[in-house]
Amino acid sequence: MITYPFRYRRAQSVSEAEAMLKASSEAKLLSGGQTLIAAMKMRLANPSELIDISGIKELSYIRAGGGAVAIGAATTHWDVATSADVKKAIPALSHLASLIGDPAVRYKGTIGGSVANNDPAADYPSAVLALNATIKTNRRSIKADDFFTGMFATALEESEIITEVSFPVPEKAAYKKFPNPASRYAMVGVFAAKTKDGVRVAVTGAAPCVFRVPAMETALGKNFSADAIAGMTVGADGMNSDIHGSAEYRAHLVTVMAKRAVAEAA
Amino acid sequence: MTVNGKPVSVDTEDRTLLVYFLRENLRLTGTHIGCDTSQCGACVVHVDGKAVKSCTMFAVQAQGAQVTTIEGLAKDGRLHPVQEAFRDNHGLQCGFCTPGMIMTAVDMIRRNGVMDRETIRHELEGNICRCTGYVNIVSAIEDAAKRIASGAEKVA
Repeated sequence: MITYPFRYRRAQSVSEAEAMLKASSEAKLLSGGQTLIAAMKMRLANPSELIDISGIKELSYIRAGGGAVAIGAATTHWDVATSADVKKAIPALSHLASLIGDPAVRYKGTIGGSVANNDPAADYPSAVLALNATIKTNRRSIKADDFFTGMFATALEESEIITEVSFPVPEKAAYKKFPNPASRYAMVGVFAAKTKDGVRVAVTGAAPCVFRVPAMETALGKNFSADAIAGMTVGADGMNSDIHGSAEYRAHLVTVMAKRAVAEAA
Repeated sequence: MTVNGKPVSVDTEDRTLLVYFLRENLRLTGTHIGCDTSQCGACVVHVDGKAVKSCTMFAVQAQGAQVTTIEGLAKDGRLHPVQEAFRDNHGLQCGFCTPGMIMTAVDMIRRNGVMDRETIRHELEGNICRCTGYVNIVSAIEDAAKRIASGAEKVA
């Protein structure tokens, strides 16, 4: 498959990338390209320019300390999955990264790209939301609860660039995913986290956008065990329905995967 | 970029995918196009030592990089030990997925050394064999990793 024509440019710094974005109305950032290039090949995306930020050194790092793990936007899934610092501080996050795609995809794909794209079935948004992470950009910091606004939609503005995602270290956390056997995208993935501020449960894959389940969070706040949510169901209204699974099936999976995540974390 | 150790300079459109660049511009047709949606792994090559899917990367992204394809594994007329092990273990049926399987195998052996069969199967999740000849593919990789670890085979 061949994409529409575009012009390719490499940015050496975040400020240069921002200037390039501002100079073109139809430019897009290219990092790992594992989603964007696929979309361009299907001709679902038609950027006039691709601004490659994958080589910007200042965007690729993992820093653990001060009760948080800060990950540069151009850090690959591979580096997150294999980082000793991430494994030690938030093992659920390194496990999540190890489940994305396959080894070849994880070598290329980046956390910033995944979060900015907000694919309904991507893994990272569930961790960002459940761990109450902060998304840092070239302009501001955005709380996870304000960031994901809808299907493939985020709070990012024109020419705004994610530079870092910072995850507070939870007391307990786990991610359980029911993957589509071909694409490895989540049919349903549930990230459950217990922090000093309470319990957060975030679901990806089930609906057009990652979402929290307040009823489960309340129940788990009183009793952090799989039994506490065993009888709970989420409605099928608004759930995704496609050849891989009906809305009812996905709604059912939410409880199943949430129970498994809590059982593992607890 | 450098392909299989040789410097290469070709003018091509920015939208040229790495796999088309290798196959059509350089006539290195050992790298295959299977699904063309980064699921099957027939197009796996190494870019700066890492196994990537060349159908989901533009050639221009590999500007300045070291690229290795299946054609670059054999040295001085001798097959790479992973190629040798695929032959000895009958690790292929129709052969279409084989170049990608071997490039992925070389990458996983470099990182993991000798592996159990479950690890190999997990590492192969991005490579699909439509003949479903996985049993012998896993055996070939298991055998190759042991040969390389024992030092019986030198790897370039």
